[in-house]
Amino acid sequence: MLKLLEGPQTLGRGRIFWSCFLAVLAGALIYPLFADSYDVGNFAYFLIWIFMALGLCLMWGYGGMLSFGQTFFFGIAGYGYGVLAINMGGGTATIAALVLSVVVAMIAAGILGYFMIWGGISGIFFGIVTLSATLVLAFFLGQTAGPEWHIGPARLNGFNGMKGMDPLTVGSFDIEGSALYYLMIALIVIVYIALRMLVNSSIGNVIVATRENPQRAEMLGYDVRKYQLLTFVIGSGLAGLSGALYTSWGQFITPSSIGLPAAAMPIVWVAFSGRNDLTATLVGSFLLLFGFQTITVYSQQAALVLMGVLLLATVMLAPQGFVLGIGKLVVDWWSRRRRRDEGTALADTGRLQSDET
Amino acid sequence: MSAELFSVFYQFADVFAFLILSAAGLAIVFGMMGVINMAHGEFIMCGAYVTVGLVNLGVPLPIAQILAALTAGIIGMIVELLIVRRFYKRPLDSLLATWGLSLIVTQSMLLIVGSAVRGIGTPEGSFAIGGYTFSTYRLVLFGAAVAVLVGLYIIFMKTRFGVIARATMQNAAMAKALGARTGRIYSISFGIGTALAGLCGALYAPTMTLIPTMGATFVVESFVTVVIGGANVLLGTAPAAVFLAMIRMALNASYGQIIGQIGMLFAVILIIRVLPEGLSSVLVRRGR
Repeated sequence: MLKLLEGPQTLGRGRIFWSCFLAVLAGALIYPLFADSYDVGNFAYFLIWIFMALGLCLMWGYGGMLSFGQTFFFGIAGYGYGVLAINMGGGTATIAALVLSVVVAMIAAGILGYFMIWGGISGIFFGIVTLSATLVLAFFLGQTAGPEWHIGPARLNGFNGMKGMDPLTVGSFDIEGSALYYLMIALIVIVYIALRMLVNSSIGNVIVATRENPQRAEMLGYDVRKYQLLTFVIGSGLAGLSGALYTSWGQFITPSSIGLPAAAMPIVWVAFSGRNDLTATLVGSFLLLFGFQTITVYSQQAALVLMGVLLLATVMLAPQGFVLGIGKLVVDWWSRRRRRDEGTALADTGRLQSDET
Repeated sequence: MSAELFSVFYQFADVFAFLILSAAGLAIVFGMMGVINMAHGEFIMCGAYVTVGLVNLGVPLPIAQILAALTAGIIGMIVELLIVRRFYKRPLDSLLATWGLSLIVTQSMLLIVGSAVRGIGTPEGSFAIGGYTFSTYRLVLFGAAVAVLVGLYIIFMKTRFGVIARATMQNAAMAKALGARTGRIYSISFGIGTALAGLCGALYAPTMTLIPTMGATFVVESFVTVVIGGANVLLGTAPAAVFLAMIRMALNASYGQIIGQIGMLFAVILIIRVLPEGLSSVLVRRGR
């Protein structure tokens, strides 16, 4: 199993990479001891979105399916968590609400994915069909302001957003603040490791083979549609996890988390980071979220303009992504230097030998 | 009885006009270059703002609308020159680049213009048939949609440009080898596409509130029409709009706008399962 942590589909291997990984993890674990609780809450907020980015990275970078519907499943699970938590009455039931809402998002992904993938939709159309679904969901939720729009005691509330659900709770202990932060860290480590294993496993190889050439993969005897559907359901389920965690973090969700421009955000993170690698996506998305949040304090529009500029700049200058590009440069520079060192060492021995003769 | 029939036709015409006007520009760009212009909604918004700005300056509405369409067309050609041109070989990247552009434009407009602009109000005028009153402007929109279809038919089927454009659409490399300047054809087609988007915004400007995010109102309809239309936009778009307008009209009448939109989306998702190539594939097969 552990062998699958490294492989042809993921960058970063060997002792140096995993030492860095552990160092960052250790830093993240002791961070709440030094920071005040407001910053820890903010950090937890950035981490919420990472799942969505990793999901898109899997679908787009590995599976070659450019889904614009991450916020669609984010919204389904986000609202789903709210409805379930309110209806089931809070407490430990919120954990069940979290799990169920992610399952609901995955079922939705299974249905939408079935029609698109079995219909043979790919490329551009995959993007615009998923985006259409996303926008329609946002419009629909936007006009549910009236009191007739409710599921049990849970009011949808239109653009004002849904509120009043409990945060994640175990017994009488609310998972908030640094407890929530540690939960996020744990989930991210699990998801990241699991995705690395998935893409390096034989299933992952088929997923990548399908991206490279669907006909060829089919000729080799794989039912590529099943693998595509699996990728789509996992990727969208991760968006759902983000959504459910988001609602429980703020006890609030509005349709603006689903529609434009929110739907563009995961695309910007993953494109900028480098869609072909999970680690690049993890690092890049976190950096972008951090930057975005810092600027949003002054002006949300300016932050969104910057996101647009970054997306445009990425496709024009570094279509494979900036973080991935920089990462590769560093690795190249490093290995070239090492090779040069070895080269001079060899040359030295050569000279020594020739001197002796 | 005839009043009821006319009422049904009127509702159909209303939805049909909306679908055709919002999708025509997107469809032309997609059909010619295989590029989905994600900034389509922003060109619609541009057309609407230019129209309202000119009307507030005292320009008569129809002239303002034509000028708005031209403005959107010219801006479109500049955008093609600076950005879209680089991505004809990478259609997915063109999607991302134009989406980036769309974000930049919408949010900059929010920053600069703010959210509120004084509207101009729908041109008055209505007529009555039987016990029902109908707005004349809605019929003008239907007329404009039909005019757009006829105009596109003439441009692409009856002119020299149209012949070269269709040749480019079918096989760009071969057309180029035969001496067609495909770069210029692409540039003009993109211009026509964005001008049509501008026209859509210009025509609907009097009927809606002007906000920088108004483009989003049109994109779902334009996307689904293009998806159902299929690759051959000259054949597919109009039947797709007729088909979707029927579904939409039936649902709108009994359940309201939002259910109409959701129903339309479900219909689209069901149809792509059966006809992933869109309606035009069926029509092409019939034609052979």
